[in-house]
Amino acid sequence: MLTTAYALLFYFATIVLVAGLAWRIYEYATVPAPLKIPTTPAPTTRRGVIFRMGREVVLFESLFKSNKWIWLFGWLFHVALAVVILRHLRYFIEPVWSWVVFVQPFGVYAGFAMVVGLLGLWARRFLVPRVRYISAPSDHLMLALIVAIGLSGLGMKFIARTDIVAVKAFFLGLMRFDVQPLPADPALLVHLTLVALLMIIFPFSKLLHAPGVFFSPSRNQVDNPRERRHLAAWAARMDRQPGE
Amino acid sequence: MADADTIDRPEATDLPDPLEMPKLCPGAMAGSTPYPAKPDHNKALGFPGELVDDWHDRAIDKMGELLGKYRSFRVYLDSCVKCGACTDKCHYFLGSGDPKNMPVARQDLLRKVYRRHFTLAGKYFPKLVGAADLTEDVLDDWYSYFHQCSQCRRCSVFCPYGIDTAEISMAAREILDTVGKGQKYCNEILGKVHKIGNNLGLPEPALEATLEDLEEDIEEETGVPVKLPLNVEGADILLITPSADFFAEPHIDGLIGYAKVFHQAGVSWTLSSYASEAANFAMFIGSYDQMREVALRIRKAALDLGVKRIVVGECGHAWRVAYSFWNTLAGPFDFLDPNYPIPQHICEFTYDLIQKGELTFDKSKNDHMTLTFHDSCNVSRASRMGDMPGGQFEIPRAIIKAVCNNYVDMAPDTIRESTFCCGGGGGLLTDEIMDIRKKGAQPRMRALRQVADENGVTHMAAICAICKTQFTKVMPEFGFDRESIVSVHQLVSNAIVLDPPQDAGAPEEDDEDDVPAAVEMAQESEEAVQAAAEEK
Repeated sequence: MLTTAYALLFYFATIVLVAGLAWRIYEYATVPAPLKIPTTPAPTTRRGVIFRMGREVVLFESLFKSNKWIWLFGWLFHVALAVVILRHLRYFIEPVWSWVVFVQPFGVYAGFAMVVGLLGLWARRFLVPRVRYISAPSDHLMLALIVAIGLSGLGMKFIARTDIVAVKAFFLGLMRFDVQPLPADPALLVHLTLVALLMIIFPFSKLLHAPGVFFSPSRNQVDNPRERRHLAAWAARMDRQPGE
Repeated sequence: MADADTIDRPEATDLPDPLEMPKLCPGAMAGSTPYPAKPDHNKALGFPGELVDDWHDRAIDKMGELLGKYRSFRVYLDSCVKCGACTDKCHYFLGSGDPKNMPVARQDLLRKVYRRHFTLAGKYFPKLVGAADLTEDVLDDWYSYFHQCSQCRRCSVFCPYGIDTAEISMAAREILDTVGKGQKYCNEILGKVHKIGNNLGLPEPALEATLEDLEEDIEEETGVPVKLPLNVEGADILLITPSADFFAEPHIDGLIGYAKVFHQAGVSWTLSSYASEAANFAMFIGSYDQMREVALRIRKAALDLGVKRIVVGECGHAWRVAYSFWNTLAGPFDFLDPNYPIPQHICEFTYDLIQKGELTFDKSKNDHMTLTFHDSCNVSRASRMGDMPGGQFEIPRAIIKAVCNNYVDMAPDTIRESTFCCGGGGGLLTDEIMDIRKKGAQPRMRALRQVADENGVTHMAAICAICKTQFTKVMPEFGFDRESIVSVHQLVSNAIVLDPPQDAGAPEEDDEDDVPAAVEMAQESEEAVQAAAEEK
């Protein structure tokens, strides 16, 4: 019963996450950017734009320019999250790739770093009046949700260990549509429920910043308006109107 | 040892910090509202005369339409995580402390309505995600606070996703226009451009007379017949410049500078009375259609006059429209000479001549000034000059250093891509909102105060008609002379050495003598560029 519920929950969450994100990305990709609006100075070549975007996504360059505290906590959280996700890959592959094995111990440190980063960001929502002013309840809940995911995960590592072999069998089974029993440990169930919840709200929340950054015209456009005419389809139709 | 000199001079730490954080004062600027456009102003642009009965539905429909037309609007409304990176970046916030002038909070005025009507979370859990209905109060808030944004893009530099509040404020103003809540200053001016060809409503005879007067003045002063031609068919270059250059101070001194440079370059050039305006206020109100119409006037003028090149005078947002948008709006300009940038900024034009050693300057003519340069927002963050990214910072500085001996930059976090708006950009250069204009100017004025007190800076140069007008008005409020704002080409005008008229029979040797001087100037200007590059 419990196993079936969680199996259905994860199928549902995966469908929502994948379909929701695909729909959003399709929208972002198909809505035209009718004007050249890169924030300048901007690269004058495609390759330069890829470097700019790379620095933005990997190093959070603009955020670094803006505010060192937000950068520190935000970057710490995101990098740690990436490592934690890599660590979790072992639950979905068999045999486990050697570099995923290599990442395992770092994943544990990253688990702590992630929570520290999140708490730092959360503290700013209370301590900095400007940030307090712009925070909606959902901004607090989002942090609470991810902190809870991190803490329940760390809890399983250090306090109430769960049967990870069975957990792995459950997820490998899900991927083959062959549902295997899930251990009924409270920490695990909390952890998984919250992760599924995060997956479900992802395409409907500010987490859309993840795909959004790649579609940001101020960051992804080449600065070459004089050299190449840039024209959106709806704007091109105006050119064809007679008598203009 | 403290001597009298150091006691008299304030310590650096005593000067107000341009980036000093204000205390939050909610609602401080709620009363700042520009005059609404008269029904005629709105109707002339195809907008309803006054607030329509079904404004709510029309506004939501328009928002939906814009979501499908502008990727920026679509992506920026979704992507903000409320990290706070932009909260202390707006000059209007730094000057006023009103939290709705924090870029994210300004965006949220519109984002909350977007969430309510266009997102699942906002439809079912509005309180949770800060979604709200579009009420008349919200509409009034939009009108007030989206007219406290000069669309300067400073926030977009610092946003980890490049969210540009200018895009949101342009969309908001377009929605406001669609429901009949237009702003007088912008819409009235656009009407004049459509009807007469410039923001001032200066008709051809008046323009012609002004230019003739200027020619007389220049000849009187220099003895050289420098021309300001109007509507000359077959000229090589069409100069498109903000109409403020025709009458306002210090703009007009810049215009004289362009004319002298053209004269020395020996090119044939002309102004157009049909397209006697570089400014394109349609950008401020976010209207692609209007912006295109204004841009097409310039295309038509260029075609009618049969010119080969277009050069644009000193104007910030106009250069953004010209550099970034003209090709899109009114291109392709395949009838112009492809060997020159299309369009070319007057600074690029002058800089090229300096590089080639074709201009001679007497720098001592500017020795009564110590200069600094105010990077105008649209030039800095929405355009470029020259071939290299950042040329928009280097080229004007190189020109100033080629014509002046005394130059000092303001604090690094207040110039170049981090520059502050003058406080009057984006359609806010109207006197009924002088309070917010003054508050918005405060960060720049404090940065200027620092170099004035520490480095003896006496004048600030700019390449934007709006900046020049704004500073002329607000500088006295901050203890500066209203004439301490100057045009870059005014400095060029002061220092440029004009060839004597040919009919006066200039002896050959003079020309030869000029050569080494010109080469020397070119070398000096190269050094200036190098120095600028090294400083960076």
